[in-house]
Amino acid sequence: MTSGLWELVLQGVWVTVQLLFFSSLLATAVSFVVGIARTHRLWIVRFLAGFYTEVFRGTSALVMIFWVFFVLPPAFGWQLVPMWAGTLALGLTYGAYGSEIVRGALAAVDPAQKEGGIALSFTPWQRMKLILLPQAVPEMIPPFSNLLIELLKGTALVSIMGMGDLAFSGNLVRLALQESAEIYTYILLIYFVIAFLLTRVMRGLEKKLKAGVGKAPKKKTAAVRVPEGSGVS
Amino acid sequence: MKWDWSAVSDFMPHFWDGLLVTLQILVLGSLVSFGLGLVWALLMRVPSRWVTWPIGVVTEFVRNTPLLVQLFFLFYVLPEWNITFSALTTGVVAIGLHYSTYTMQVYRAGIEGVPVGQWEAATALNLPLRRTWTAIILPQAIRRVVPALGNYVISMLKDTPLLMAITVLEMLGEARLFSQQNFQFTEPLTVIGVAFIIISYLASLALRALERRLVH
Amino acid sequence: MSTDTLPNPEKSPEQSGGELIRLEQVTKRFGDNTVLDHLDFSVDAGKHVTLIGPSGSGKTTILRLLMTLLKPDEGTITVDGQKLFPATEKERREVRKQIGMVFQQFNLFPNMTVLRNITEAPVTVLGMSKDEAVERAKGLLDLVGLADKCDAHPAQLSGGQQQRVAIARALAMRPKVLLLDEVTSALDPELVAGVLDLLRDIARTTDITMLCVTHEMNFARDISDQVLMFDSGRVIEAGPPEKIFSEPEHDRTREFLSAVL
Repeated sequence: MTSGLWELVLQGVWVTVQLLFFSSLLATAVSFVVGIARTHRLWIVRFLAGFYTEVFRGTSALVMIFWVFFVLPPAFGWQLVPMWAGTLALGLTYGAYGSEIVRGALAAVDPAQKEGGIALSFTPWQRMKLILLPQAVPEMIPPFSNLLIELLKGTALVSIMGMGDLAFSGNLVRLALQESAEIYTYILLIYFVIAFLLTRVMRGLEKKLKAGVGKAPKKKTAAVRVPEGSGVS
Repeated sequence: MKWDWSAVSDFMPHFWDGLLVTLQILVLGSLVSFGLGLVWALLMRVPSRWVTWPIGVVTEFVRNTPLLVQLFFLFYVLPEWNITFSALTTGVVAIGLHYSTYTMQVYRAGIEGVPVGQWEAATALNLPLRRTWTAIILPQAIRRVVPALGNYVISMLKDTPLLMAITVLEMLGEARLFSQQNFQFTEPLTVIGVAFIIISYLASLALRALERRLVH
Repeated sequence: MSTDTLPNPEKSPEQSGGELIRLEQVTKRFGDNTVLDHLDFSVDAGKHVTLIGPSGSGKTTILRLLMTLLKPDEGTITVDGQKLFPATEKERREVRKQIGMVFQQFNLFPNMTVLRNITEAPVTVLGMSKDEAVERAKGLLDLVGLADKCDAHPAQLSGGQQQRVAIARALAMRPKVLLLDEVTSALDPELVAGVLDLLRDIARTTDITMLCVTHEMNFARDISDQVLMFDSGRVIEAGPPEKIFSEPEHDRTREFLSAVL
């Protein structure tokens, strides 16, 4: 492979990284908004959030991408830059999966914590912000880490739309060289390295957050521990 | 938004063709992934690092890289090695292989979930290893893994449109072809989008019913 | 012990006189099971009332109703002249500020340090300045004997220490009413005495109205002005502790006491 072709691949890496960054930001925002809405006390809010999750989880990410690229522009009269169209389709779809993670982690917080918050007269939003989320977020990191890898793999779908990401650069190099095995092996390896790095970062984040909620107490101070779940529920 | 019902009715024959192909990919891909995944899971229990290490690395690699690029790899590289399959077969192999790296984790959890006492009882009865696996461990493990396998079938359904990229005319491929020929994008894409939502919703209902039956 | 960190240290005449809590015709059902059956009772300000009775007799349900963790199916509950039920959520929130609760399982927030567990509600709910809240929290931690644990997380404390932090946390809100729900049941036996001694001190030196569900009969005898014996969702006997414990009138009371004493 020539250096010019490698440059093409590097440009592809950059597009993939950008797309991953923006779409994971959108997906995170959607996950929390929809996931928290699913715990709301008004049934209509819960219903709408649940409906969103079912619809966006039900459909295929690639079909969503086609829809955003081909149906949205004539329907609403605006054409999105491919980067934003890709971000929108991926962020909305993977956000629906993420909302399940958020909902599940919130539901897993001991209900006694909510009661403790009521006894101190916190409002529902204060309870969410001060008590439930800080305890639930560290538990969300491992499933979010898996979802991030799925999202990385999902970014390759935009190459079908002709966006110059890593997968697309592989196709270009294949056409240039008339040879496939080498370039696709490289492309797969690059994806694997990115996935490996992401997993590492997420694991570090998990450690840091868990330490922040006192889950990993320093050894010298953890002399006495309460037996968990003793007594009546 | 302009909506043209006649475009929908024009598209429907193509839709049914595509749906048939999609379901074909789904069924065959599931079978490949169930079988291969079990092979990986059993090989990972061989007490030799010469077996477990390569299998672990390869499956980890396949699981963490995009299915789309794997499809391209098989579609373009295999012919260079003088192995020629139809696009559909290549797609089924790729999607089955990709998902086998997930199902192997499901099987592993299922096998590890069988209580140690079952192994001990089999040893106490002097059952041969093969019999222990086929008569005692696997039947109990399979029961536990069905719901998780079902979830991966639903995930796989949503990945079947990727085969469009290697010229397979499943639902999305049919929709794109129709759109390009008639310059009507909204209707076919919306029809198949709704179809995906309905199919995966029905599948998840069916799965939940199956889960309940397995529990009792 | 410095009394200025405690809520309402001054015994004002109008507070030690009138009625503070009133339940009228309160019924609570869980499915087909009627836990409280048209219950009436009231508690005067400053009094310490202990609820005793077999488990399932509805004692804890009363505390949870007063804390608005449960809603009654029928009846009215009034605290300090303001309706708790029936009322809007907004009204309820106002009334609730006067009520504190200590739970069986402590329910400290594991994501906050000990100090922040105590300061958070005074700052966000009562609008107290952070400095003042911290100063008062430190005074309360001193009172409960844990001044050196400010920066620890709950998971690093023993059960008894966690429960004392929970008591400090409840007191930091300067409640008029303190609800104590089997606060020593989850503790190892050797840690019970410390927590009970602390509560005795608080009962003696403040005029907080206390409603207490406990199986510690000696403790009940020490702190109570009044003991209510519950059975099947009704008060079957009430009176000062000397009377209830020494010469109970009701057969069920006698049976219960002979079983637990």
